[in-house]
Amino acid sequence: MAVTAVSGVVNRPIPRLRRLEDERWLALSLLTPTAILLGLFIAYPFFEGVMLSMTSTRVGIDGQFVGLKNFHKIWNDSIFRTSVWNTFWYTGVTTVFKLALGLWLAMLLNRHFRGKALVRAFILLPFIIPTVLSTFAWKWMFDPTFSVINWTLFQLGIITQRINWLGDPDLAMTSIIIVNIWRGVPFFAISLLAGLQTISPELQEAAAIDGARPWQRFWHVTWPLLLPVTMVVVLFSVIQTFADFQLVYILTGGGPANATHLFATYAYQIGIGTGLLSEGAAISLAMFPFLFLIVVVQLLYIRRVETR
Amino acid sequence: MIEGAVWRKWVFYNIPLILFVFILLFPFYWMIITTFRPDGELYRPWNAVNYQPFWTNNPTLDHILYLFEETSFGRWMVNTMFIAAVSTVISLFCGVLAGYALARLNFPYAGGLGTAIFVTYLVPQILLFIPLAEIIRNYRLGDTPWALILTYPTFLIPFCTWLMMGYFKAIPKELEECARIDGASRFKAMIYIILPVAVPGIMSAGIFAFTLSWNEFLYALVFLSSPEQKTVPVGVTSELIRGDVFFWGPLMAGALLGSIPVAIVYSFFVEHYVSGLTGSVKG
Repeated sequence: MAVTAVSGVVNRPIPRLRRLEDERWLALSLLTPTAILLGLFIAYPFFEGVMLSMTSTRVGIDGQFVGLKNFHKIWNDSIFRTSVWNTFWYTGVTTVFKLALGLWLAMLLNRHFRGKALVRAFILLPFIIPTVLSTFAWKWMFDPTFSVINWTLFQLGIITQRINWLGDPDLAMTSIIIVNIWRGVPFFAISLLAGLQTISPELQEAAAIDGARPWQRFWHVTWPLLLPVTMVVVLFSVIQTFADFQLVYILTGGGPANATHLFATYAYQIGIGTGLLSEGAAISLAMFPFLFLIVVVQLLYIRRVETR
Repeated sequence: MIEGAVWRKWVFYNIPLILFVFILLFPFYWMIITTFRPDGELYRPWNAVNYQPFWTNNPTLDHILYLFEETSFGRWMVNTMFIAAVSTVISLFCGVLAGYALARLNFPYAGGLGTAIFVTYLVPQILLFIPLAEIIRNYRLGDTPWALILTYPTFLIPFCTWLMMGYFKAIPKELEECARIDGASRFKAMIYIILPVAVPGIMSAGIFAFTLSWNEFLYALVFLSSPEQKTVPVGVTSELIRGDVFFWGPLMAGALLGSIPVAIVYSFFVEHYVSGLTGSVKG
């Protein structure tokens, strides 16, 4: 940049400031606060976590180095295996539904009608309101004795006796999935709506003139153009859902009979609940390869889109 | 766009939209109605004859009073507000500077650093909470607001940085160059020329960061222990459930009141929030 060369001539009495004229020094000083905080509270704990997971530390007892014993132990732990399966099931099912419903809602919102801004603002509420607090509302709605959902279904003649939403091991996971979808759909809808709005309506019109039916117009025009946004939204959501803690912790606490544990809640139960710190750290870290894979996919995808 | 009968518009657009809005908002209605419902009505089984789900004829403020008289709810609100505000300010400060450096300066490893920050953006709290709890304890920060004020930026800074990078990239280079030709230093050009233009982006990042820290649960649950230090989500969870007994009235009142600050901030800045949300996704 020519300007940089010129600015050296300008009289600048304080050497410290002149040093900031050099882009490298300026960049270094601007990045320092971020580097310190992230280093201290992400990189360092990550390193500590890896070390911790290879010891036998419990609350109050400094453990010894035991190698991969903790990982071996959780590998043979049937509750851990259930929680791995649960995590994948939970992530997969909710993502499919959130994407489908979110896309539908985005399409409904992608036209002009009165009160659109208001509707859009209200729709985001489930995503804004602290998750723990809205989850309590769901827990109360799922209460076996006082459930308004049961009352409604009964009045509509769909059920004849109560449904034990969270107490039945076969049903509890489904209930949790419903709440997660409820919370996630607004995020998908609003992000996809932003994506839809960048697509020129002329393309739709051109396709319509060429005789494409609405479904064909969606599949051959809208969907390919929306795909980049969709991919990023899905990958974000997958990471969030995969590491979800709050919903399960509030709704079931991993029960009944450990049927609804995810990686996160099981790590919490073992690490904090039981005090087996090293084993809890091992369970958390067991999540890392999957997260890493998702992040790599996301980075590769973003790079591909950017270079295209 | 829609040709044909009015009923079509209703069946394909209006009715589904109304259903969506109804389902998305119903739990909040339920929260509100439970807050004002007296206990006698609250604990009436759903299959009782006089179960009256959607309305109450005897509204009461008992649950809200209970919250303020029997628990430290007021304290929790203040704590949450303080922690959210300070960690947002710290994160904005770091994120704006880092975002500027990564978006507009040429220096070695800029691309690699940008990727590294993006990756930390995706590190969930659950991956680190156990070793972090140990570290917090070793620094003697446990059970103080600083445990959260210093750790929340770990997920807020990457987000702010990422969002600000997008904003800074969109500001034309000529703006800065003009200022520099007029004799401003690099640093001054950044402070006086670029930052004011980026204010909408800073607002979005700030609002988003504020709601994220208000929402955070796991770190607050693990790092805080005494009742008067807690944040709203943790306080409500640990103090209004005793064993198997749920105090549903106060619980819903707490959930409602605890949501209000976020809802207010959100309602004033909906547009900023939405652009923050979509900006974070666009990357």
